[in-house]
Amino acid sequence: MDWLTTVDHKKIGILYLLAGAFFFVIGGIEALLIRLQLIGPQQEFLDAQTFNEMITMHGTTMIFLAAMPIIFGFMNAIVPLQIGARDVAFPFVNALGFWTFFVGGVLLNLSWIVGDVPDAGWTAYVPLSGEQFSMHRGLDFYLMGLQIAGIGTLVGGINFLVTIINMRAPGMGFMRMPMFTWTAFITSAMILFAFPALAVGLILLTFDRLFGGNIFDPNMGGNVVLWQHIFWIFGHPEVYILVLPAFGIISEVIPTFSRKRLFGYSAMVFATVLIGFLGFMVWVHHMFTTGMGPVANALFAVATMLIAIPTGIKIFNWLFTMWGGRIQFTTANLFAIGFVPTFVMGGVTGVMLAVPPADWQFHDSYFVVAHFHYVIVGGIVFGLLSGLFYWWPKMTGRFLNETLGKVTFWTFFTGFHLTFFIQHIVGLLGMPRRVFTYLGENENPGWTWMNQLSTIGAFVMAFAVIVLLINIVTSMTKPKTAKGDAWGDGRTLEWTIPSPAPEYNFKQTPITRGIDAWWKEKMAGNTEMTPAEPVGPIHMPSPSILPLFMSIGLGIAAVGFMYSEEWNGYYVAIAGLVITFFCMFLRSVYDDHGFHIDPKDDKGVGA
Amino acid sequence: MSGVTHVDPHAHGVSGELPHEPERATLEGRNKLLGFWLFLGGECVLFGTLFATFMALRHNTMGGPDGAHLFDLVLVAWATFILLTSSLTSVFAIQAMHAKKVPQIMLWLGVTVLLGLGFLGLEIYEFFHYVHEGHQFNSSAFGTSFYSLVGFHGAHVAFGVLWITLLIFQLARKGLTTVTAPKVYVASLYWHFIDVVWVFIFTIVYLMGKMG
Amino acid sequence: MLKSLRGKAGLSLFVALALLLTGCAEQASPLNPKGTQALEQLNLMILSIVIMVIVVVVVFAISIYVLVKFRARKGDNHIPKQVEGNHKLEIIWTVIPIILLAILVVPTVGYTFKHDQNLSADPDAIKVQVVAHQFWWEFNYPELGIYSSQEVVMPVGKNVSFELTSADVVHSFWIPALGGKKDTNPGLTSYMHLTPTEVGVYKGKCAELCGPSHALMDFKAVVVTEEEFAAWVADMQEAPSVAAEDVSAGEEVFKNNCIQCHAIQPDAKSPVAPHLNGFAERGNVAGILQNTEENIKAWIADPDGEKPGTLMPKVGLTEEEIDQVTQYLLQLK
Repeated sequence: MDWLTTVDHKKIGILYLLAGAFFFVIGGIEALLIRLQLIGPQQEFLDAQTFNEMITMHGTTMIFLAAMPIIFGFMNAIVPLQIGARDVAFPFVNALGFWTFFVGGVLLNLSWIVGDVPDAGWTAYVPLSGEQFSMHRGLDFYLMGLQIAGIGTLVGGINFLVTIINMRAPGMGFMRMPMFTWTAFITSAMILFAFPALAVGLILLTFDRLFGGNIFDPNMGGNVVLWQHIFWIFGHPEVYILVLPAFGIISEVIPTFSRKRLFGYSAMVFATVLIGFLGFMVWVHHMFTTGMGPVANALFAVATMLIAIPTGIKIFNWLFTMWGGRIQFTTANLFAIGFVPTFVMGGVTGVMLAVPPADWQFHDSYFVVAHFHYVIVGGIVFGLLSGLFYWWPKMTGRFLNETLGKVTFWTFFTGFHLTFFIQHIVGLLGMPRRVFTYLGENENPGWTWMNQLSTIGAFVMAFAVIVLLINIVTSMTKPKTAKGDAWGDGRTLEWTIPSPAPEYNFKQTPITRGIDAWWKEKMAGNTEMTPAEPVGPIHMPSPSILPLFMSIGLGIAAVGFMYSEEWNGYYVAIAGLVITFFCMFLRSVYDDHGFHIDPKDDKGVGA
Repeated sequence: MSGVTHVDPHAHGVSGELPHEPERATLEGRNKLLGFWLFLGGECVLFGTLFATFMALRHNTMGGPDGAHLFDLVLVAWATFILLTSSLTSVFAIQAMHAKKVPQIMLWLGVTVLLGLGFLGLEIYEFFHYVHEGHQFNSSAFGTSFYSLVGFHGAHVAFGVLWITLLIFQLARKGLTTVTAPKVYVASLYWHFIDVVWVFIFTIVYLMGKMG
Repeated sequence: MLKSLRGKAGLSLFVALALLLTGCAEQASPLNPKGTQALEQLNLMILSIVIMVIVVVVVFAISIYVLVKFRARKGDNHIPKQVEGNHKLEIIWTVIPIILLAILVVPTVGYTFKHDQNLSADPDAIKVQVVAHQFWWEFNYPELGIYSSQEVVMPVGKNVSFELTSADVVHSFWIPALGGKKDTNPGLTSYMHLTPTEVGVYKGKCAELCGPSHALMDFKAVVVTEEEFAAWVADMQEAPSVAAEDVSAGEEVFKNNCIQCHAIQPDAKSPVAPHLNGFAERGNVAGILQNTEENIKAWIADPDGEKPGTLMPKVGLTEEEIDQVTQYLLQLK
């Protein structure tokens, strides 16, 4: 019950991580089924329709329901601690963001139970995703689920922007913020400007599918390429929304375990901002084959290549952070170190894809599949796993087992390259993506064993994930032994408070004297931060069940709209909206005055 | 948990003299203001996407009536005038708030709501007229994109009307405090925003549509 | 410059590895170009791969050096010097990538414009209208008055200009051996051109997810000499030749059951399904099965079993009727 009403950013962070892990496992199982179908030519393990459902749900789940919430989990768990804040700016909205995401995710996956599963790819290109060619309700689950989950992401993004702008501890100027906070900041800004575009795209397609709209219907004056523009205006920034926080994690882990400050901090900040900006300027590179003419293609090709420059700056700064340091090979750092070359490989294939004439050959082939898995798994997932091992003691007070962790790293790393490196080559040999079957050796020499290798690699990765889950579960049975500065080499403010952090985070708001505030104090011989205020009662927001009910109301409304034709769903939809609006009304009318905690009375917790 | 003390709600923000700009007096208030500005930034993208969609599809009438045939600029000019005036009255409400005159705030917010309702009335009348002329949501891509864009704006106006009405009742019950002041302020920001969006709709949908 | 790169520097590691791994170069893939565009695109790929391999090698070398040299040794507990950064280094790793990218940008932009030329008004180019359907390809030659399906025939050494559109969802037209792909968008028309340089039969595919049988939406690109092309054109412009043996029973079945969807006369577009003029000479039936008697029968008996989601219905013919119509189809030359 406590977890259903919590507005504490640390608990919401854990909820995000749990939900993200749950959907990650579902998406992973879908991936294994896809790989089983492709283990050899002309397999009949999955039929064509089921296969398309698998690839659609795998992509959608991994992007929106696994990567996004896990990133939000870390942002919630860590960002307020890194800036010396007691909570986020809008704790209530924070809970609302989680619950809308969760309801959206559950709604999307309900499609498996109903039996009408989205099947037009995670990009849902029209008109294949329109009512004429996808007559079952699958795409409606996609539209409604993502719409609701997207609301959660958007308000979450606004929340973090305000938190970071308004709630930094005294002395922490923007140029003293830890890199993870910086990347969370830029990511939140990108969410703010990218997600509304997705929301409009989803609404317009919903209008087309449910209410007879014609935006994407060429027979009624609509335009099918418009969807691709709207989708990728959101979709390309989304990739950077996901990868920037991973960059941030790497920028925390590598300095900690090299015992050196981040090399070229201001260049790193500059590169992050530039990547965020350029991320909005390059969406057309997903559409080089659409036929927009050479001028658009050439311009967007150059813009895309430019992103390689700030990314390169980051890579070399990480390498030179390690240069001259004292590198410890903890699991967290192994994932960070493994990230660097892996991500470089994903990055260089990205530049290759930015060459339009070459892209006409690569596009929608397995080369692209290999590229974006190198970026998303090799970049984002490696970063997130690094962050998981790094911050786990801060979040739970317990360490994850290092031996199991190293097993996870090596199997995951090997399995990953086994799965995806060969896909570059099978793509160059002409294997298109999203095919449920392919012909054997006579027609396609080499494809069979390459696909077999990929499938084996996928199962090695699955093994790594199982070891990780065992590690997580067993760690929860251990006593809380982690100290405040769990790794001994912590540099930022989250390591100045106990592990796990008390409900109010900081007994006294700390004064920040520079980058790596905690490291600076330690080097000056201090054992704690200089406080900016006397010890006194701390104001806390009250827990509330309203975010959960508001989200459930939206979920009910969505189901009502989807089945408006079948069973008078409009009444259900109105009922759902009434629940949501009534909760909003209650929230507005009854002021939450919160309560106070006096840390002097708070036994057992002390910095 | 130990150490928890429940505090008298009146101890928080309501007691004592109100500061000069009550909407910025507390961190919660400042957060709310900044958060709302950012939210409006997101809304700009939302409307921007709808505008782009409309611009791309506005000539695709599939034989139905086009803007030049449909739009009655006199009616739309009246709607524009009403909405612009309501923006002004919401400014008066904020000025009254800074003068800490609660009845005046409620009065000007009330006028704003009435003008908003007037605008909605004209818009609904206009839509009925168009449907009668054969310009429907599902008659062409022009129809869908028109009603999506203008309808979205109309829905924003309707939500604003409900919201500000609720705020008037809250002001009556709770008075002007550091909790209610930011709400009034962001509601007024919201109202200005939908006004600005309307100016764009007036230019891009109606004036450009009239010219063909 | 690109050509010399390919000739002198040889294939880059990456491509060489790919060819080695497959142990076979004789297949229709982007790595084995049979047309001008595919060749130039391969050269661009090689150039970008060479540049990128340089980057990867540098990063890997620094990584390995750093990890070996600066790993924490037992008993060593020193605190390294806290280096803030280095402006000179930052400039170096900003400028060098810019130079590398500049090298890549010049041919990129050049070939982007060259390959994206619209040759639909070029009198020397062969014009082909491509209409993609779920899950088959319609190929019409408007200037030659030919309506065909599933196989696109081109003369070697000539520019072929394609006018692409779709009848239903978005598909993508791709002949890997001849050049890159382009989408076919319903309601819109796009253009591309290819210049085959070698006679042969190359695989064509749909490259954009278009429904259950997306993977089965193959076609063939047949590149022939100019004389053979002229002969093919003349053949296609005539009505299908009269049968040597008696297939009138099959013809009757066809007229009663198939003609509503499939045209056979050369002078008309097919209503909704592949045009069957010259069917007996095609390599495949339904784009995916070898054109044999058994496969034709299997296809007619259960189209959805062969190609899930296809619009071709089970017509409900008796086995005898299927036999007869198959015999008839095999006479459509």
